[in-house]
This record gives sequence, structure tokens and C-alpha cells, in this order.
Amino acid sequence: MVDGVSYTIARGRTLGVVGESGCGKSMTALALLGLVPKPAHVTGRIVVSGQNLSGIAAGKWPEIRGKRIAMVFQEPMTALNPGMCVGDQIGEVLHLHESLGWKEARERAVEELRLVGIPSPAERAKSYPHQLSGGMRQRVVIAMALACRPDVLIADEPTTALDVTIQAQILELMQRLQDEIGMAVQFISHNLAVVSEIADEVIVMYAGQVVERASAEELFSKPLHPYTQGLIATMPMIDNRQEQLAVIPGVVPHLDGNHKGCRFAGRCHKADSECRALVPALITVEPAHEVACHKARP
Amino acid sequence: MFFLRRLLGMAIVLLAMSFVVYGLIGLMPGDPIDLMVMSNPGITAADADRLRALYSLDEPLVTRYGHWLIAALQGDFGFSRVYAQPVLDIIGPALWQTTKLVALTLVISSILATALGILSALRPGGKIDTLVSFISFAGISLPSFWLALILILTFAVWLGWLPASGMGRPGEEGFLGNARFLILPVTTLVIANIGGVTRYARSALIETLRMDFIRTARAKGAREPRVVLRHGVPNALSSVITVIGMNFGTLFSGALITETMFAQRGLGKTIYDAILGNDYNLALVALLFATFATLIGNLLADLACAWLDPRISVI
Repeated sequence: MVDGVSYTIARGRTLGVVGESGCGKSMTALALLGLVPKPAHVTGRIVVSGQNLSGIAAGKWPEIRGKRIAMVFQEPMTALNPGMCVGDQIGEVLHLHESLGWKEARERAVEELRLVGIPSPAERAKSYPHQLSGGMRQRVVIAMALACRPDVLIADEPTTALDVTIQAQILELMQRLQDEIGMAVQFISHNLAVVSEIADEVIVMYAGQVVERASAEELFSKPLHPYTQGLIATMPMIDNRQEQLAVIPGVVPHLDGNHKGCRFAGRCHKADSECRALVPALITVEPAHEVACHKARP
Repeated sequence: MFFLRRLLGMAIVLLAMSFVVYGLIGLMPGDPIDLMVMSNPGITAADADRLRALYSLDEPLVTRYGHWLIAALQGDFGFSRVYAQPVLDIIGPALWQTTKLVALTLVISSILATALGILSALRPGGKIDTLVSFISFAGISLPSFWLALILILTFAVWLGWLPASGMGRPGEEGFLGNARFLILPVTTLVIANIGGVTRYARSALIETLRMDFIRTARAKGAREPRVVLRHGVPNALSSVITVIGMNFGTLFSGALITETMFAQRGLGKTIYDAILGNDYNLALVALLFATFATLIGNLLADLACAWLDPRISVI
């Protein structure tokens, strides 16, 4: 259950969304594409370049997806159709949105593959996903997402399934393409190190709610929410070797409708009776730094 | 490589099958000479022994199998005891008749079952799905002899549109005239077969539609018909084809009841009659042909899967 999540991403900027598994990061992203699985439903507003998308008819969504808002998925192996060559899969987006014939769409697909740095793109376009490495597949997924130059790109853990060396290449590629195309990026990850590198602004989510929002720099230097502090403490540092890695005890609570108080209270070492009774509001504590915690006073 | 290995595998299966069937028939009590003695009291024990020696029936089973195999490999499959004809002359027309039945049944039931499977997978638990499930289970559970009787009663007896049974006379009524004789048996086989394949197509497509690349297709902006038909169905089809390939074999030798009900001299009926009539060689060779047809069906299914799924290579 994702609740009261609200954010804005400026063109050409990157918003990092951080939180552990099951906290609602991916659900928030799917809501932007109108792809929230049943029986969940979405209330609220989605505005892209001044156009309100939240009220549009279900039949209009396919015109938005892939064209205005595109998505890069976590697992490049399963995110690609195993029975279709990658050129056709990229060409399909162009065929759908730019009313290109298949021949033209295939030619453009080769250009897109070149753009994401795939060597000998004309031959690679005829390859099937299983013939490509993980990094190559993720480049294909990125090419597919960016083929129509979307206004917003949602990247859901785009590097999690990749080797560390490939991760760096993919991040670099995404940043280069963002500079060229100028789209807004929502970068979802549980990996704080990656987010600190790529994001301009970061929101931290816990159990379906935003608990802290700040510029990337501010968040990592001055985290205010005990959950954010815990997350940063769990980052292994090469210059600060510890015998044991830090952990946040407990798991994300299973939410039913009548949860009272702060959702993090059960795992928080600062929690008291106030936390268990009252839901903390997201308040601005400093310019461009918001936190939802009774105990976080700067 | 794949193809050659498959052909080699088929040869080995056929060889093993021939040995097993030959052995089983050979181990049955009694032999053709016993049958002759029973039907002709004039044959003495000495005559019987002489005849056994003449037909090499006094040799050990393995030696006899060796003789049979060497002859069979040279294309001589021997004679039918009951018909006093080369077995191939009897199996040939039966095989052709069954091939017509099975091919028509498979084409019609595969197309129908895939379409029904797609329709029900679109909304699992919906009205169409419930209706299709009902039809499928009815098809699976109706005994085919009962179905055949009802069809004969309705279309041959009451309405008088179609012949009740038989195969027509070649050349006399023309191709279309003879085709009328196939309609009821094929309908029976289609109804009996469609249920299983429909259920399989349904679950394969439901599973495929849950996969990540389906979500990707939607995220690209593909509309539902395209998502299902271009991304879902081709990826679900390979497992459906495997099932159809297996049905192929079952139909070839297992259409016995339908063949009997409609007086079709097919392979199933030939095998059954041969076993009942102690026509050992005919039963043996007909069973081998049914095995061969099963293997060919599975090979065709695998080739179709490889054509659909680029991850499978046949070369």
C-alpha cells in the first residue's frame, strides 16, 4: 500500500527513489504508467509537461506509455521477449508511436542500438536476447525505452542484475543520454551508493510512504530520519572496514488498514509512545529538506 | 546435429519396440501351428512338428527375431496369417485412412483449442473462461462411443445429412462424396481431443502473460490485442505444440473406438483385430507403424517448437 507519495522531477534532472524491497518503489513507478496490477488502484494526479494524465481514459494510456513516459526494468533477461530479435523489439516502439513502417522502424532501431553503444549494431539487431550478455541486454532495454525520446524515464533498479563493472558503464550511458535527450529521470534503487552518484534529489520511501526528501548532497551529509540514517550506516565503506556490516533490525511491517502511528516505529531505536500513536507529517525542516519524523529536529 | 541425433534416436526406439513386441507376442501361449491343429483335427503331432520346423518355429525366440529383423530391414515384413496377403498391403490403406482422420482432427482441434485457450486466458474466471472450461471438461469426460452414437443418431438417423458409417467407395463418389464419411468420425475425435489441448493452451498463455516481457510490451505502449497475439501467444505456443505432438501418437493407434463405431478400417482397428485373430505378424508390424507415426509426430512438434523459439537450435 503506497500512500500520499508526491514528487516533482524537473526536465534534465534525476530523482532517486530509495528504500528496501517491498516499500512501494516499483509500485509508484508502475502507477506512472497506469500499469498497477489489480486489485490495486491509483488516486491522485500525474502531470507531464503540464498535461494531466491521471484522468485520461484507459484506451489513451498506450499512447502515453513508451512515448511520453518510458521505463527501464530491473531484469534485462526477462524484460525482453525471448522470441523476438532485439531490433524488432526496439522497432516496435517506433512502429507504435511514430507510425513508421516496419522497414523504417528496423533501420531506426539500428541507430538506437548505435546510440546506446552496441558494437556492429546492424548485426546485433538481428540477435535474440539469449545471444546477448546481461550488459548488452540492458543497453537494448534502454534503447527501447529511449527510442521515442520520452519526457520521463523511469529506471527501476536498472543496474541491480548486472556485474559491478557493467553497472558503472550503464550508469554512465544513462547520464550521457539524459544530457543528450534532456528527459527527467526517476531512478529507483535500493543501492544508496548508486543513487548518491546519479541523483540530484532523493526521496526515501518506507512502507509505502515518503519519509525523507532532500538534495542528494544534503541527504547523505545530513540524514534526518532514523531510517535514512540506518540505510546510510548499512553502506559498506572501503575506507572504514568493519568486522560486521551494520543492519537495520526487523523487516518492513505488513500493513493492514488500521495501522497507527509512524510505520517505522517498530524498528526505530528512538521511537516512543508519541511515534506509536501519531502519524508523523512530512514537514520542511530546512529549505529543500523534508522529513516525516517526530524525533527529527535539526 | 540435433536432427541427426533425433533420427538415430527414432531408429533405436523402433528397434527396441520391435524386440519388445516380438518378444511379448512370442511369449504368448500357443503359436500359429497350434491354431492350425485346433481348426483341423486331421493334423497329427508329427505333422505339427514338421510344420514348426518348416516355419522355423522350433528355434529359440531370439533367433526367430533375428530372422524377422533381417527380412524386415530388407523391406520384407512378411505375410498376414488371416488375410494371406503381405502385411504392407493391409497396413497401407489402414495407415492412409488413419492419417486422413488424424491429420484432419489435429488441424481442426489445434486451431479451435488454441483459439478457445486464448479466449479463456484473457479473463481467467470470467464468463467466457467458465463456458470454455465447461466445454473442455465435457469433451474430456464424454466417452467417445457415446458421443459417436449421439452423432450418428442426430446426423445420420434423424436428420439424414451424413452417412452413419463406412469409408465410401474410392472413385465412385468422388473425393467430396468420400469426404462426407469422414465428417462424423473427425467430429467425434475433435470433441474428445479439444478439451485437453484447450486447458493446456489456457494455462500456458496465462503463465506467459504473467511474464516480465509482457509488462515491457505494455510499457512500450502496445495495446492489449497486440500484447497477447504478438508477445503472448508465440511464446505460449511451443508448449501447446508439444502436447499436440503427443496427441498425434495417441490418436494414431488409439482411435480404435471411433474407428470401430464408424466402421473405419484404420490402424487402431487393424491392430485390435490382428491381436484378437492371432495374426501375430500383422499386429507386430502395424504396432511398429503406429510407433513410427508417434515418433514422427513428436519430431514434427519439436521442429515446430524450434521454428517458434529461437533459443532451440535444430542444426
